[in-house]
Amino acid sequence: MSVNASFVPHSLTRRQFLVAGSTVSGAFVLGVPFSAATAGAGDVRQLGFFIEIQTDGHVIIGTNQPEIGQGVRTALPMLVAEELDVDWDKVSIRPMPLGIVKTADGYTWKYGGQGVGGSTGLTSNWDFMREVGATARQQLIQAAAARWGISPGTCTTEPGYVVCTSLGEKLPYADLVGDAANLGVPEESPPLKDVADYRIVGKMHKTIDARDIVTGKTKYGIDTRQPNMRFAVIARSPYLNGTPKSFDASVARKIDGVLDVFEIKGPAPGEPYQILASGVAVVATSTWTAIQGRDALRIEWDKGPNAKDSSEKFWAENASMLEGSGQVGVDDGDFEAAMAGADKIVEHQYAVPFVNHAPLEPQNCYAFVEKDRCHIIAPTQMPSGASRSAAWATGLERENIHVDFTRVGGGFGRRLTNDYVAEAALISKQTGWPIQLQWTREDDVKNDFYRPAGLHEMRAGLNANGEIAGWTQRLASASKYYRRPNMPDENLWEAELYADDFPRNIVPNLRLEYFHNAIGIPRGSWRAPAHTANAFVVQSFIDEIAHETGQDPLQLRIDLYGEERELEYGGHGGPTFNPGRLTRLIKFVAERIDYGRTLPKGRGIGLASHFTFGGYAAHAIEVVVGNNGDLSIERIIAAIDCGYAVHPNAVEAQLQGGTIDGISTALGLEITVEDGQIQQSNFHDYPLARIATFPNRFEAHILPYDENPTGVGEMGIPSAAPALTNAIFAATGKRIRRLPIKDQLRV
Amino acid sequence: MISFQVNSENVAFDGDGSTPLLWVLRDHFNLTGTKFGCGIGQCGACTVHINGAARRSCMTPVAAIKGRSVTTIEGLAAGNDELHPVQAAWLEYDVPQCGYCQAGQIMATVDLLQRIPKPTDADIDKNIRNICRCGTYARIRKAIHKAAELQAEGGSDVS
Repeated sequence: MSVNASFVPHSLTRRQFLVAGSTVSGAFVLGVPFSAATAGAGDVRQLGFFIEIQTDGHVIIGTNQPEIGQGVRTALPMLVAEELDVDWDKVSIRPMPLGIVKTADGYTWKYGGQGVGGSTGLTSNWDFMREVGATARQQLIQAAAARWGISPGTCTTEPGYVVCTSLGEKLPYADLVGDAANLGVPEESPPLKDVADYRIVGKMHKTIDARDIVTGKTKYGIDTRQPNMRFAVIARSPYLNGTPKSFDASVARKIDGVLDVFEIKGPAPGEPYQILASGVAVVATSTWTAIQGRDALRIEWDKGPNAKDSSEKFWAENASMLEGSGQVGVDDGDFEAAMAGADKIVEHQYAVPFVNHAPLEPQNCYAFVEKDRCHIIAPTQMPSGASRSAAWATGLERENIHVDFTRVGGGFGRRLTNDYVAEAALISKQTGWPIQLQWTREDDVKNDFYRPAGLHEMRAGLNANGEIAGWTQRLASASKYYRRPNMPDENLWEAELYADDFPRNIVPNLRLEYFHNAIGIPRGSWRAPAHTANAFVVQSFIDEIAHETGQDPLQLRIDLYGEERELEYGGHGGPTFNPGRLTRLIKFVAERIDYGRTLPKGRGIGLASHFTFGGYAAHAIEVVVGNNGDLSIERIIAAIDCGYAVHPNAVEAQLQGGTIDGISTALGLEITVEDGQIQQSNFHDYPLARIATFPNRFEAHILPYDENPTGVGEMGIPSAAPALTNAIFAATGKRIRRLPIKDQLRV
Repeated sequence: MISFQVNSENVAFDGDGSTPLLWVLRDHFNLTGTKFGCGIGQCGACTVHINGAARRSCMTPVAAIKGRSVTTIEGLAAGNDELHPVQAAWLEYDVPQCGYCQAGQIMATVDLLQRIPKPTDADIDKNIRNICRCGTYARIRKAIHKAAELQAEGGSDVS
């Protein structure tokens, strides 16, 4: 996977990465499966690991990536089907397990890299999956040519058939699979189709397994049912880094159906972790019985080293740190001189809270640990991480651990971490039973790798022409790099301030400064990680500069983004950033919402745009704020430039969903801590927005750019919140500088 | 022994009567289409019909449904290869992303359309309180209006 360091699984070295890369187009993936050597040629239906062609012409395409709702189980088979040249309505899919192979160089991929994060599920498989389809097609052509005794060059295909026009013959793929499977893999991948010739890719297709979802047939991780399976829950420490001092399970053990109760040891405070927290596991004959058993436990907790952590203390420390000097990550031009010579200084602080991932399917995992092997079934974004977590818990070699991964009931970055897999494997190992570990919603809200919170101080110096000559962002936060092995303190800032983000290389004198707050709240990757905080801060601040210097917020953005040109971008989503693509988007959404019109008091339009991991998006939002502070979102225009849209239906869905996620989070979501304990517990105090918040006047537009697809899973979220708060300012003159908005509009 | 009907079949549960219907359906009858989301009636992922009306099964003790009739997502359509009009509308607008909440959304919508056959946007806002974490609300709204149309056109199941 070509993803940035923060998304590459820790133990995957560069060398392993290259080995995996070379396997991708080599014999592992496209080679002859065992069945071809043993079965009669006429019985073989399988062509490599990914393609099975049935006698009636139906094609089953293997999907190697976790489906978390982003549409990858539809999009990647579209690429295979396109190059293979089959009709899409004859395609169905088959989820594949984790494939890893032990080599002299360590473990490498059997089915190509498997894992989704950083919006790379499509882009890292774009060439690979097309080559899988094109190579199989080439083998089918060779098989047909051999049968006809002619040169493959005189043959072509039509959907499902190899055709030779000069002979006037055609053969269905299904008749050729056996011969094709016995052919060697071509040295080089055959040429790929031109984008202009696509019949499937780039067209509107529905989610391939949607019918199973709406009829309740889809099996998520939580739906795993295996013979003799027991059910487990864990009472985790309510204190950050706390441990059970003692516990009394006598009442719990008397409950009919409670089978076992034992302690689970968590990591030492501050040390790298495999599981999140210490606790007490309860195993029972049903989920509800296990929960009843847990409720009956009496546990005395050692509050641990973070018992005094609180949100109040955290924010006070951040403010205090900003009084001093931090670590300077970027220092372009002469910032001090630019500020000293400025005609006007604009300066504001913004606060962004901790938030919970809250995927709707709570964490769960099936594990069956036997003496020499282990079976894991989990909803995960990183099945290779699940394999490592199970290896840690069991001491087994990874080649003896089989990992199946289900359709996932929401990812958002939470399931990049496989702590729940490690927990399940520990419990199965201890009991010897196949078990399903189930988290409740309370477990999930209180035990997460939360999106980091931080206090941002922004200062800009403008010259007499109103141009921004100096710019600084000073951030005091808890870094997303939480207890990572071999992570030096001086690198912590890189997770929170992306060095090459706008306005770098646009404002000449620019400084980024960081202060780390080591609060005990666990942190991790939350959809579009630091982009959500930084887009809110920067796009709010641009608006404030415009208002305080008598400029129009739209025009100021257009002036800053400017014409199309490629700026260096060293972080994930690079190597370049073209700010002119933001100019096009911000103009588009402004025009769609009729930006310039005069609005009555209490009604306002806000704009924002952002470059996220290689893709571009913009939002225009219109709101009405009543005299009592009631907020009504009247209209939303969202637009994305993802280069080339491979699966436009899913691109639109991700843009809609990202927009809603951004607004929902900005409106009401915040995790706080007091006395070392997370204060929220469920959706009553962590209120995800419902349908009533979102208007029917909601447009999501795809603006094609070129023939290179970018990811789309995270691009729709960062600019949504600042577009909303900029609209609130336009309507009321009230500037939201602290998220969530909650009751700040109440008067 | 607590006897009731699930998807038109007679069933009995001989465990603790305080067990929420959700877990009885999932762990004892293996009907996993009904989902666990929050356990406190907030999210609606566990929505089923009890005697035809939408209820949060995570908050319904199984003892309370003695002699009643439960319909889950698996039993919503008239036959195995058929779709309820609400399911058909969901497919037409390709509503699901992760899909986890959608059984509950569909069960809630069927109930809404029984009470208000042609709901306005305001009716939808007031009555559909299920959470979708992926943010499929824009498509859910369209699919509800479409389902209302499909039911008005005939109301019979489509395949």
